[in-house]
Parts: sequence; C-alpha cells; structure tokens
Amino acid sequence: MNILYLLIPIGIIFLGVAIGLFVWAIRSGQYDDMEGPAHRILMDDDDPKIPGNENKPEVEGNQGDER
Amino acid sequence: MHNNCYHCDLPVPPGASYQVTIDGRSREMCCPGCQAVAQAIVDNGLTDFYRYRTEKSRNPQQAFDEAKKTLSLYDRPELQKSFVTQDNENTRHASLILEGIVCAACVWLNERHVMALAGVSEFRINYSTRRATVKWDDSLVKLSDILNAITSIGYIAHPFDPGRQEQLQKKERSLAMRRLAVAGLGAMQVMMLAVAMYAGENQGMEESLKNFMRWVSLLITVPVVFYSSSIFFKSAWRDLKHKQLGMDVPVSLAIGSAFLASIQATVIAHGEIYYDSVTMFTFFLLAGRYLEMMTRHRAGQAAEELIRLLPMAATLVVDGQEEVVSAGDLRCGDCVRVRPGETIPADGIIIDGNSSVDESLMTGESVPVGRTVKSHVIGGSINIDSPLLVRVEKTGEDTVLSSIVRLLDRAQTEKPKLSRLADRVAGWFVGIILLLAGLVGWYWWQHDPTNAFRITLSVLVVTCPCALSLATPAALVAATGQLTRTGLLITRGHALETLSQADHIIFDKTGTLTYGRLQLQEVINLHCDSAQQALAIAAAVETGSEHPVARVIVESADQIPDAQQHLTTTGQGVQAVVNGKLYRVGKPDYVRELNNDPFTHTVLENDRTVIALGDGKNTLALFVMDDLVQKNAADAIKDLRGLGLSVSLLSGDRKPVVDYIAKQLGISDAHAEMLPGQKLSFIQSLQHSGQTVAMVGDGVNDAPVLAGAQVSIAMGGGTQIAHASADMVLLSGNLSHISEGVVMSRRTLSVIRQNIIWALVYNAVAMPMAAAGWVAPWMAAIGMSASSLIVVLNALRLTR
Repeated sequence: MNILYLLIPIGIIFLGVAIGLFVWAIRSGQYDDMEGPAHRILMDDDDPKIPGNENKPEVEGNQGDER
Repeated sequence: MHNNCYHCDLPVPPGASYQVTIDGRSREMCCPGCQAVAQAIVDNGLTDFYRYRTEKSRNPQQAFDEAKKTLSLYDRPELQKSFVTQDNENTRHASLILEGIVCAACVWLNERHVMALAGVSEFRINYSTRRATVKWDDSLVKLSDILNAITSIGYIAHPFDPGRQEQLQKKERSLAMRRLAVAGLGAMQVMMLAVAMYAGENQGMEESLKNFMRWVSLLITVPVVFYSSSIFFKSAWRDLKHKQLGMDVPVSLAIGSAFLASIQATVIAHGEIYYDSVTMFTFFLLAGRYLEMMTRHRAGQAAEELIRLLPMAATLVVDGQEEVVSAGDLRCGDCVRVRPGETIPADGIIIDGNSSVDESLMTGESVPVGRTVKSHVIGGSINIDSPLLVRVEKTGEDTVLSSIVRLLDRAQTEKPKLSRLADRVAGWFVGIILLLAGLVGWYWWQHDPTNAFRITLSVLVVTCPCALSLATPAALVAATGQLTRTGLLITRGHALETLSQADHIIFDKTGTLTYGRLQLQEVINLHCDSAQQALAIAAAVETGSEHPVARVIVESADQIPDAQQHLTTTGQGVQAVVNGKLYRVGKPDYVRELNNDPFTHTVLENDRTVIALGDGKNTLALFVMDDLVQKNAADAIKDLRGLGLSVSLLSGDRKPVVDYIAKQLGISDAHAEMLPGQKLSFIQSLQHSGQTVAMVGDGVNDAPVLAGAQVSIAMGGGTQIAHASADMVLLSGNLSHISEGVVMSRRTLSVIRQNIIWALVYNAVAMPMAAAGWVAPWMAAIGMSASSLIVVLNALRLTR
C-alpha cells in the first residue's frame, strides 16, 4: 500500500494540470460559443478530397439531393 | 397557390420569373434580391449552403436597401474611432452584429465567403450570439469591402462597439466557469479518496495512510472553499448586513462549519471529515447558478443592440458645403441633407424638399407617408423619394426613438417581479431550516455531545434546498433548449411560467400576421391589350422610384420599355412618357386628374391598396396590392383558440385593412388605428380585469406594448428593439410554433410542480431521519445529490 504515498501526489499534480488546462481553454474563448462548433464540423470543405469525388466539379456534385 | 421562393420561402408573385441554377436544377426566386444573392452564392462555389441549411433564409430586400447607403462611410477614420481597434500599422479588428443568421449554415456561408477576401486574416462568427469578430489588413482590404461582401450574400452586418457591459459579462462568465472547474475537478478527487476511506473503514486501513488521505483531501478542498465557494460567503455576508436571510446563509453555514470541523478532525487525526460533502455541495450549487447566469446574459445582449437604429453618419450642410460627420455629434439647429434611401439621423423639421418617409419602424404603418417643408420627421425613419434638407430639432436623449426606449425601460421595471416573491419564500424556508438545525443541535448537545455536530451537519446538508432550487431552473432550461431548437427563443426566465397561464393573446398586424411586404394580388385590365402590357407600361413609369408600391410593380413586370420625363408627385404617383405617350401611375384620383375618366370599380370600395394606370383618355388598368397573410396564421390562431385562449388583433393601420385581415383569419376582436399608447392601455385594462395577456409583435412601435404585456413574443424578422423588449423571440417566424410553445409551457409547469412536490416529500422524509441521527453526512450528501438527480431527469423528459 506504500505505493499510494507516491500515486496520490501524482494524482494531485494531474489535477493541477487539468485545472490549468481548463482555465487556459476558458481564457482562450473556447467556451464562448457552445453551439456553433457542433454544426461546423458537419460542413465539409473537402468534398473534392473524398475518394471518388476528385474529378467532379463542385456545383454538379449532388444532383437532386434535397434535404 | 403559387410556388415559394427557393431562397427565402416567400410566395413567388404571379408572373415573376427569376431563376437561378442551383445544383444543376433551375430554382424559382421571388425577387431580384433573392436572385442576386443566390447567384452570388453559386458563383462563389458555396452551393453547399443550400444543402446544409435547416431554415430558409431571410429575404434580402432589406440588405439591399442597406447596401445603397454608402458603406464606404465606415472607412472614415473619424467614424472608425468608435468601433475599430488598431493592432499595429495596418491590422485592425472590429466586432460586427450580423442580421439574418437563422441556422448554422449561414455561419458557414459567411465565414467561407469573407475569408476568401484577400487581406482578411480572421473572421469568426459566434453562433450563439450572432456576433462576429473580423481582423483585416487595411492596406489590402477596406472595412466597407468586407461589409459589402456580407451584403452581397443577403446578410446585414453592423459594426458595433462591444461596450463595457459586455466585457463585464464576459469576465463574469469566465470567472463562474473557472470556479465551476475548480469545484468540479476538486470534488471528483476528494470523492475518490472518500470512497477509499469508507472502504478502509470496513476492511481496516493503516492509521498513517488514513491520516495522509485526510491531509490530501484538505489540500484539495482548500481552493474549492476559498476560491469556488467564496461567492456564497460574500453574498451571505451581504444578506446578513442587510438583515435578510437568503439561500446563501445556510449554504455558507454548512460549508463553513463542515470545513472547520474537518480541519479540526484532520489536525487531531481523529473524527469524521466532510471534505466530500463540502466539495460536492459547492459544485452542484455552482452548476445551478451558472445556468441561471447564462439565461440572464442572453437577455441583456439583446437590449444593447437598440442603439444601432440611428445611422452612424450624417451629411452636415454648412454654408452650402457638405461634410460627413458622426451622427452623435449633431447639435440642435444643424442642417443635414438626407438622400433617398438614407435614414434620418435625428428628429427635425424639413426646410427644403418634399418626399415620402417610411416610418413603419416607429408607427407600424406599412405605406410611406408624404412629408414636405415644415413637417416634422422622426429620427430612425427612412427617406424614400427625393433628397431632403432637415433642420435638427432634437438629438440624443430627446428624440422620439429615445423616448420609446425610455417607455420601454419603465414598462420593464414595472413588470411583476416573480423572483422577488421567490426570494421572500426562500427567506422563510431558510429561516425554518436554520431554526430546526439549531433545535436539533441543541437537543443532541444535551443528550449525546459527541455526535451533536455530525447530526446537525447532516440536517443542514440533507435539507439543503438544492432539489427545491433546481426544481424550477432544471425544467426551465430543458424546455428552453427544446423550444429554441424549434425556433422559439426564450430570453427571460419567467416567460414560460407566464405563458402557461396566459388566457388572452394579442397580435399585431403588419409583419406579425402578415409578411409586412406588399404583393401584387390582381391586375384588373380595363383598356389595355393584356395585363402583361399594362404591367410593362406601369413598370416603365415607376422605374427608378424607391416607393415600395413602385418596386412591387417593377419586380412583377416581364419586360420594361424605356420611359422619359419622369415626374414624381409625392404621396400621389408618378408620370412619364412611354413610347411617345404620357402615362400616370398612382392613386386613382391622381390618374383621374389627367383624363377625367369617371370610371368606378367595385375593388375601389374595399379600401384595399389600389394603384391605377392611365393615359390622357382612359384609366387603363388597376393593380390591387395586399400585404399577404402569413402561411400558418389561420391554423395557428385556430390552435390557440383550441388551447382556450382568446385572440385579439391590435393595429395602427386603417380600419378596412384590419377588418379585411381579421375576417380572413377568423378573428372577431379586431381594433384598428391604435397608437402605441392606446395599445398599452388596452392591454392594461385587460390586465385589470384579471387576464394574463400575451402579446405578439414586431416593430419599434410595439416595444412598449410588448414590455407591458405579462409575456411577449417578438417576430424573428422584427426590429431589434422589439426583440429586446420581448420575453421570447420567434426566430422561425412560423406562428404555429407559438401554440407549440403554449403546450410546452404547460407541460413545463406540470413538471415543475412534480419536482417541487418530490423535493418537499424528500425533505419531509429525510429531515426527521437526519434529526434522529440515522444519516451520516456523506449519506446526506448522496441523498441530496440523488434527489437533485431525479429532479433533473424528470426535467429532461421535456426535451423529448
């Protein structure tokens, strides 16, 4: 059980790091917009890079695709 | 039934033909504005927008009017001073308010489009607040180019000064989040150690290890108590100084005494520690406060956007010389030139020129009114026909706009404060808890001093009004989130509660029940070869006019022949020579002056908006215009009736127009020609008779009425001032979401009731058990958390 005397202090150091990271994230504005990024990730800018789409011009990509 | 515009979903007027090829298919548009925007989007390779979007876009008409105002004014250094920050020689950044953002695809479209400009190094839109920050290199691109790019795809961007209040809010938010982070992470660690120690209790743990864990727990709890809980101590101290009992008093007492007792136990290495209870308790309370704060801030932001109704720049005329100045610098007695399409910068009197002025923002009247020398004009209204020279009479605080804002402030403060009642009840509740805890402590001190503290602490923690205080906010947050997804944004905490009790709902007409936009309904051909020909001639005559009626005619025509010698008579009509023949288009009487044709027609008796076309001999054709009724209005009103609400219509418009709309929608209680003050007193008389009134409106003129009603809903397409004064904003513009909102609010209230009953039952059961000494503080903390969890889960049912 003596290992706990080492592991718990290490746990506390990690706690400090976690809080530090969190505060950094807050300061750099990552929590300012909680809705946008969830949508942003779905909007691909990389259609031409998807295999099979390389040669298709962007505009005629999805004919009749209505949602 | 015609098709609806692919871009903005407004009906396509009969005979109009605007098409854009999108994704290989030809799509119909309702007006050149939508056509231009859709074409710009396609040309820039941003077609994906139409696939991503979840809402139809706003009609860009307004954006185009705005574009006619000289955006280049924003490049002037003296104007930029107020809203642009200069980072170094060329890099600058500014904040923008974006109008017309309805779904996430709009964000994507704007970011892609603006970032494609050379010289823009950063452009990010915050989807939650609809604001953007832009950073650009002034030597490569001008601010006006950026604003223009945004306008070209159908959105409006206003630069604004984020202001002090917003910075304070941001600081408050970031502080609250840091407190929450410290408490949350700390609570997890302490819980982990606490579980180990409880297990060690049964299986035997070395005393030295136990002692070590106590000290580690203390170390982690110190920042939680001194950093995260400090707001409870501060506000409890404030309450005590004012001789009040708030929720924070027993909270501070529980946290403080448990912490001190734990320190003592740690130092003497004997006795119970309560670090787990302390940190968990702090975390749950802070989480509740955080959610509450977020709702408050959202409401505050809307209010700040009012100021921007007045234009930032004005053309000052001194000794015949024109000079562009900031509108804020105007003084009484200054002369300003207002060109067609520009907004009048301050209240004043016309000293030269005559024109029609669009005061719909202030009065709700859909048709522009004629103004000539010596008439008063209101700052914030838009000049339509021809240039005006205006002498400024009132500025700043004294203007009509400011007085509406003041009226609004007053109505808001006079609003019944439900929270005040809640505070008073909480005070009693807290007093009783403290009294009971004291009695229990005293009793145990007499009989079993060793356990007295532990039991008293259990009582304090178990009776923590946590579940009770979460009961309402949890349900409100869940319902608010759900309604926002359907398009009804709630900006004030009490809105749902009041909406569920509403028994009378009042609608404004223009822009609420109707689209707020004239549409050509019918062409009555009297002496022309065809309706198309009549339209073509009328359009030729009306070409170049800014009047909304003229714009509708021009947009409806297939082809427009050339016309010369245009002459506008303000408030009457236009005459011009087409193919060598003189024609007049305008009010029937104005046309009759030209030809003395004594014709009559039944359509003239209905008092709808009728425009005539005539030449020297005859009146050739009549054009009937109407403000179209919203698609879902009739259904929505039927649903609301089905929910047991009475429906009324209040409008500033003329009686026949109002009656016509009311008949179409089946509203029997319609009132016409009402001024904002009269609307307000109408609502107040209903309120005096004991009714709970909900008001739906959109314009500046509605703002005081919206604020005066117990619960108010502003249309998403309406003015910002209406948004700011309303408790809810109907972002979707779909009226049937209002009846959904009423249903939801009633469900929310029943969930709140269930939650409160559960919390009270829990307290009634747990309190005697704790007082009898059967509950250890850690059990009390878990019981408290479990009861809170049940409350939250019950609230989450609302999101399904």
